[in-house]
Amino acid sequence: MLTVSGSPHIHGDESTKKIMYGVVYAMIPAILVSLYFFGLDALRVLLLSVAASLFFEWIIQKYLIKGSMTITDGSAMVTGILLAFNVPSNLPSWMVVVGALVAIGMAKMSFGGLGKNVFNPALVARVFLLVSFPVQMTTWPIPKVLPSSIADTISGPTPLGFVKEGLRAGETMSQLTPHLPTYMQELLGQMGGSMGEISALAIILGGIYLLWKKIISWEIPVSILVTVAAFSAILWGINPEQYADPLFQLLSGGLMLGAFFMATDMVTSPMTRGGQLLFGFGIGLITILIRVWGAYPEGVSFAILLMNAVVPLINRGFKPRRFGKKTGMATAGK
Amino acid sequence: MGILKTFVLGGVHPSENKLSADVPIQELPVPEQVIVPFGQNLGAPSNPLVKRGDKVKAGQLIGEASSFISSNVHAPVSGTVLKIDNVVDSSGFRRPSAYIQVEGNEWDEGIDLSDELITKEDYTPEEIIEKVKKAGIVGMGGATFPTHVKLMVPPGKTAEYLIINGVECEPYLTSDHRMMLEKGDEIMVGIRLLMKALKVDKALIGIENNKPDAIRHLTELAKKYEGITVHALKVKYPQGGEKQLIKALTNREVPSGKLPVEVGCVVQNVGTVFAVYEAVQKNKPLVERVVTVTGKGVSKPSNFKVRIGTSIHQLIEAAGGIPEDTGKVIGGGPMMGKALLNTDVPVVKGSSGILLMQNHAASRKEESPCIRCSKCTNVCPMGLEPYLLSRLARVKEFDKAEKEKVMDCIECGSCQYTCPASIPLLDYLRLGKTKVGENIRNRNKK
Repeated sequence: MLTVSGSPHIHGDESTKKIMYGVVYAMIPAILVSLYFFGLDALRVLLLSVAASLFFEWIIQKYLIKGSMTITDGSAMVTGILLAFNVPSNLPSWMVVVGALVAIGMAKMSFGGLGKNVFNPALVARVFLLVSFPVQMTTWPIPKVLPSSIADTISGPTPLGFVKEGLRAGETMSQLTPHLPTYMQELLGQMGGSMGEISALAIILGGIYLLWKKIISWEIPVSILVTVAAFSAILWGINPEQYADPLFQLLSGGLMLGAFFMATDMVTSPMTRGGQLLFGFGIGLITILIRVWGAYPEGVSFAILLMNAVVPLINRGFKPRRFGKKTGMATAGK
Repeated sequence: MGILKTFVLGGVHPSENKLSADVPIQELPVPEQVIVPFGQNLGAPSNPLVKRGDKVKAGQLIGEASSFISSNVHAPVSGTVLKIDNVVDSSGFRRPSAYIQVEGNEWDEGIDLSDELITKEDYTPEEIIEKVKKAGIVGMGGATFPTHVKLMVPPGKTAEYLIINGVECEPYLTSDHRMMLEKGDEIMVGIRLLMKALKVDKALIGIENNKPDAIRHLTELAKKYEGITVHALKVKYPQGGEKQLIKALTNREVPSGKLPVEVGCVVQNVGTVFAVYEAVQKNKPLVERVVTVTGKGVSKPSNFKVRIGTSIHQLIEAAGGIPEDTGKVIGGGPMMGKALLNTDVPVVKGSSGILLMQNHAASRKEESPCIRCSKCTNVCPMGLEPYLLSRLARVKEFDKAEKEKVMDCIECGSCQYTCPASIPLLDYLRLGKTKVGENIRNRNKK
């Protein structure tokens, strides 16, 4: 018996599983940094978040949706790790579980499961936890090797939170800067923050891996980072005492994590390169608006979620360049 | 060599697997019986001129072109017509065909069977087109569009370039490659004749860079012929798509829904060019072609020169027989070829290859949900959004699919090849094209 089916008769070696595990590998540097700075507590949050995410996906598939089992495709594991990356390492265990339930149950499975969700599941959970448990979600453990000056001055907040409070209290950047971690410390992760976002370097390494493996394309991360840098540079140029400098904005908070791992989520980002550039620009712009003028010190999560909501609209407006739209006669005929 | 030319939008790079690239063309003995479908071209089938019991000679006209887009069919062998009956051909459709019992090897008068190269060029364009038409030549790359129709430039348009497709971007296939190596001079003369027919003074031969021997050989030969240049192209599928090849060589884009002549180009495959040479210089109609028989389990991957109408079963036998673990037989290449129901299918003018796929590679992977990775959009050489078009076809939104340019799809299969979720995108795009095509025809009737 011969098999008969339509062409093509060969398939490349791409698979959803390969992509998802590629993302997991890309997160290894950031996982290692979080374990280094936050120790066993980080391990607890990570394992719990992944286990709870897998469990909720399994139970919802089995008893509610009754669809084909998808927990082995790696997507729930990615959500679990990203959720852990987005919370402080000292978050109570039951809150981590609640976060996983929100991420998988509310943000992913209620839309129909993998590929159907509008919003990034891990970010929905982060924001849910942030507004429900603001104290626990903003009590940042201090990385062990933090310089004493910061440890003394800011026992809890992140550099972004510290700057926001300071400026609000009428201090200037030159008064605040000596108490902030250096750029090098921010790059390596010696600052307060969610467990996966502290080291820009680890995240950039993972991002390079994702780019190399063609799991993400450059448009989204680059447009976010360029927009943040440009917008904050303008503000800083206007008044360096009232606004933090661009490098600080790039290296602190969840920007790198957001740009490389959260905004690039395939399911919730635009389909064309033009749309992706607009998407990234929007995220960068909203991030700075919130950071500078908003009530929260950090705005990346909100920015990504807000832009997630307009992705269908962006997809409608941004089409790929069709072949044959311009005849090319201008360059021919010589 | 500098930067290799290529098309801009999309494309994929499947494993090339040119197993039979170094195997010279071997002529197979004339079979005992042939089955010759009367419709071997895109367009209307020919009208049968023979009936049961008729004696025919090889090269004799047995089916006459029935309309403008139609081609003559000739007897590929000498013998007796056993019957006219419907036969399932490689396209999967039943077509009226002539069964001919082979007797001897007698050719029609006036056909030159020698190997001597004839370089005579003093024909008028009309004479060349007439000979091509008489010989029943169709596009031998697989599209089987009647060649003489392509040579008749519509009023108001002018051809500027003749583009010769030696790309052979389909994995596994090597028949064009071997033709370029072994019939280079004939191809050059054929190109000169086509240039004359089209009244163009420039011919560009495009060859993918994975065939350096063919590029060198034809570049050397081209020095002897005026106006012909050879261009190495980057190995990227579907480089051999007509629109992609024109873009690669001239940087012109054929507008949506238009023919290549709109941008001054006419594209012909190297196999077709050889047939044109034989038709014009040797008076020989299209009754033979080169077919690659290949596959990972095939013991002797080969390039065979066979008479049209030979059962592909015989070709497979000549390549060492059908391997036990064969799960799929494809007429053509793995990207655009058609899966065959069995091996009792005759070789036709458009048969470029027979690919035997092993069991483990015969079935598709299980489909999973679309993760909106946009890889299908990124690889589409026509700048379409296959994920969107397939969804529109699935929910029967054919008007929207038409607005999203589903008719531009060239069915190259790059989207489905690359889809991580293994969604049968092209199945749905074909459905969309069929329905939208019907809608357009109905509109035009009114």
